[in-house]
Amino acid sequence: MPTLTVDGKEVTVEPGATVLQACEEAGAEIPRFCYHERLSIAGNCRMCLVEMEKAPKPVASCAMPAGDGMVIHTNTETVKKAREGVMEFLLINHPLDCPICDQGGECDLQDQAMAYGRGSSRFDENKRAVEEKYMGPLVKTVMTRCIHCMRCVRFSSEIAGVDDMGAVGRGEDTEITTYLEKAIASELSGNVIDLCPVGALTSKPYAFTARSWELRKTETVDVHDAVGSNIRVDTRGREVMRVLPRLNEDVNEEWLSDKGRFSYDGLKRQRLDRPYVRTNGKLAPATWDEAFAAIAGKLAGLDGSKIGAIAGDLACTESMKAAKDLMTALGSTNMDCRQDGAALDPSCRASYLFNTTIAGIEEADACLLIGTNPRHEAALINARLRKRWLAGGFPIASVGPDADLTYKVDHLGDGTETLSQLASGHHPFIETLKNAERPMLIVGQGALARTDGAAVLAAARKIAEDTGMIADGWNGFNVLHTAAARVGGLDIGFVPGEGGKGTNAILEGAAGGGIDVVWLLGADEIDTGRLGDAFVIYLGSHGDAGAHRADVILPGAAYTEKNATWVNTEGRVQMGYRAAFPPGDAREDWTIVRALSAAVGHTLPYDSLPQLRAAMAQDAAHLADADVIATGNWGTFGLSGDMAAEPFVSPVSDYYMTNPICRASATMAQCSAEIGDHSEKATGTDG
Amino acid sequence: MSSTTDHQPASFAFTPEYMDKAKAHVAKYPDGRQASAVMPLLDLAQRQNGGWLPRKAIEYVADMLDMPSIRALEVATFYTMYNLEPVGENLVEVCTTTPCWLRGSDDIVKACEKTLGISLGGTTPDGKFTLVEAECLGACVNAPMMQIGDDYYEDLDADSTERVLNALKRGETPKPGPQGSRRLTEPAGGPTTLLDQKGAS
Repeated sequence: MPTLTVDGKEVTVEPGATVLQACEEAGAEIPRFCYHERLSIAGNCRMCLVEMEKAPKPVASCAMPAGDGMVIHTNTETVKKAREGVMEFLLINHPLDCPICDQGGECDLQDQAMAYGRGSSRFDENKRAVEEKYMGPLVKTVMTRCIHCMRCVRFSSEIAGVDDMGAVGRGEDTEITTYLEKAIASELSGNVIDLCPVGALTSKPYAFTARSWELRKTETVDVHDAVGSNIRVDTRGREVMRVLPRLNEDVNEEWLSDKGRFSYDGLKRQRLDRPYVRTNGKLAPATWDEAFAAIAGKLAGLDGSKIGAIAGDLACTESMKAAKDLMTALGSTNMDCRQDGAALDPSCRASYLFNTTIAGIEEADACLLIGTNPRHEAALINARLRKRWLAGGFPIASVGPDADLTYKVDHLGDGTETLSQLASGHHPFIETLKNAERPMLIVGQGALARTDGAAVLAAARKIAEDTGMIADGWNGFNVLHTAAARVGGLDIGFVPGEGGKGTNAILEGAAGGGIDVVWLLGADEIDTGRLGDAFVIYLGSHGDAGAHRADVILPGAAYTEKNATWVNTEGRVQMGYRAAFPPGDAREDWTIVRALSAAVGHTLPYDSLPQLRAAMAQDAAHLADADVIATGNWGTFGLSGDMAAEPFVSPVSDYYMTNPICRASATMAQCSAEIGDHSEKATGTDG
Repeated sequence: MSSTTDHQPASFAFTPEYMDKAKAHVAKYPDGRQASAVMPLLDLAQRQNGGWLPRKAIEYVADMLDMPSIRALEVATFYTMYNLEPVGENLVEVCTTTPCWLRGSDDIVKACEKTLGISLGGTTPDGKFTLVEAECLGACVNAPMMQIGDDYYEDLDADSTERVLNALKRGETPKPGPQGSRRLTEPAGGPTTLLDQKGAS
């Protein structure tokens, strides 16, 4: 552990730390452009110069390993002069266009020029001008502003795992580009915007729409996948202007997937902003009272067993709890939060969680993927897997879709045949798992949302138990969800009660009799063609598949418009906060359920969110503890049985089009058209 | 980089002869480090393709070495010895860096322009010559000099430059090295030290 002196203060740092890190430890702020703690060290901006005693000239602190006995000065005249020199060179070719630059107000170069800029330029030559580069529908470029820190290049090759970006040319002619100016083919491409310390890479959808200081910032949680990325929603008035990631080392580090970052324009399109009632076969605008009356009229005298409810992927835990209570009051046990019909077992919490935790992936030393394409289903979990893989000693094998996951995966087979071999211990990869100290497996919804899902789950459990994945202080059994609503729904028990029907049975009942009323709680990914003649109530935010089929539409709030509890795939309870109000007559979902309950004569016993949350905590005590993972106990789950021969298919066929919000987003549509199915194995010569 | 693609060939592949050479280069590096051979392979591709490196060749080499195309493009655009646009049969690179310039490289450039009828950066209509300016080629002791293909022509003056170029025009191969009276890098007026050594002239 080297001990060094920084500005007269002694600090001890971890071996391998850099002088820059030691300076930060000592409380000295070091300006930097190219250095980023999550990327490899480049040392090319030279802004972090410090003075080191016994060194003949200032040293770049980001690239200098901290050594025992070093004496560092960060606030001397020499240091200031050296940094001013660096800044002057950086500004030589940097345009003075801050007033028309989207980075203005949140620009590292602008900020640091305040401290180290000369105020005027001594450069009399022509400034360099660089042509804009096309990098896809998400990243806007003004390459004249680029200072060649290479953060974007390092990010795309190291974190995102797509070698799409590079620096061509040399010296003054260096230009950052993508090969042949193709769109960056990564689900994480938006992060280069955050990384860019200047205004060279900015957000295309956000371009020229707002200034950072006029936005109200609300810290909340992303719901486009089950990762539960921590985000900040920036709003102006009631409009969401942009979405940015917020640091959470345990979940998304400081990254955000493109879907979470750029689908916000979908919050403004296709919105349900007033209730509708179908009259004479056509949906007609209605008042809340008329909508409730239509529902009350239909439910009057109807036996509870003829009502079914299905919750979708974006339903918040509060609305599911309220809906569950209303269904119970109506005498129905027909409800399911697994709209894909996945064979998840709600009775054993460990059976449906990502037990290893996302950060825990970094401690694992072998991994088996079953029926999942994590790159599309949970891009940031995939980035964690890649991070662990890069560290070495992490064999990964996959049974299921053979996709490019940005790291080396041993593709063992397509489906159940290989899984059976693994479960019976006859596959060589079992030895790899057994020999690993902390093996893990990830079961995707593609393996569970099938008729033989329970058998697949049982096989996965057997593999986990046989290979020592379940041990003291380690649980390597992981279920990867694709829906932000799923774990919360399972936690509060939005599942068929005694004698109740699940998703499939409800749909069968609707088509073939037995179910007269189907209540869709934002469920759009079901086959609405199977709803038959049933009376469909749709409560949700967007006019998607469910609303098209509905007989009564109750307009709800999107995730940015309500205070809600979300539980991510790890079982981590996180609070979302309202950043803007829902449009028009739309209301927060739970209040709609509460109002409906009064209209149908079964008033629910809560009038406020705290009361509702107290009721939720009675169903599942851990829901009261935000930002904590309540671990589940291991148990027996799954049903041993025959497995069908069909190969596992990832439930996400198009990463950019997975829920009503992104289907309403023009940006996502453009991404889907342009980047689309890029993770199919590319040979390098195509295109 | 120019975005014109009209002269870019539709495909590229090593001939068997070049493939053998390429494989010999790749074999120099340990398993999994084949990407280290990118520079010699790009050079081979350039040689096979008449002195310039088309896009398809860059992609071909990248593919062969199992590296992303952008990484090979970075290399190809970084080094000036890779020509990304077609060049004449004889690529005439006149050094104009300070030592050569002090020794009269301006005259050499003028002589080239006069003899070939093109200016710097140009290619003769018959496609035989391309004339470019080069930064220091490391032969300052024999300044001024120019490089044509793989050969250095040194100790030039206007006359000798013209002579070399005219010989090339006739399809001959002029003798590379100093075009003046001295041998290699000897002092201009003959040796001044080690005169008693055996073999000293």
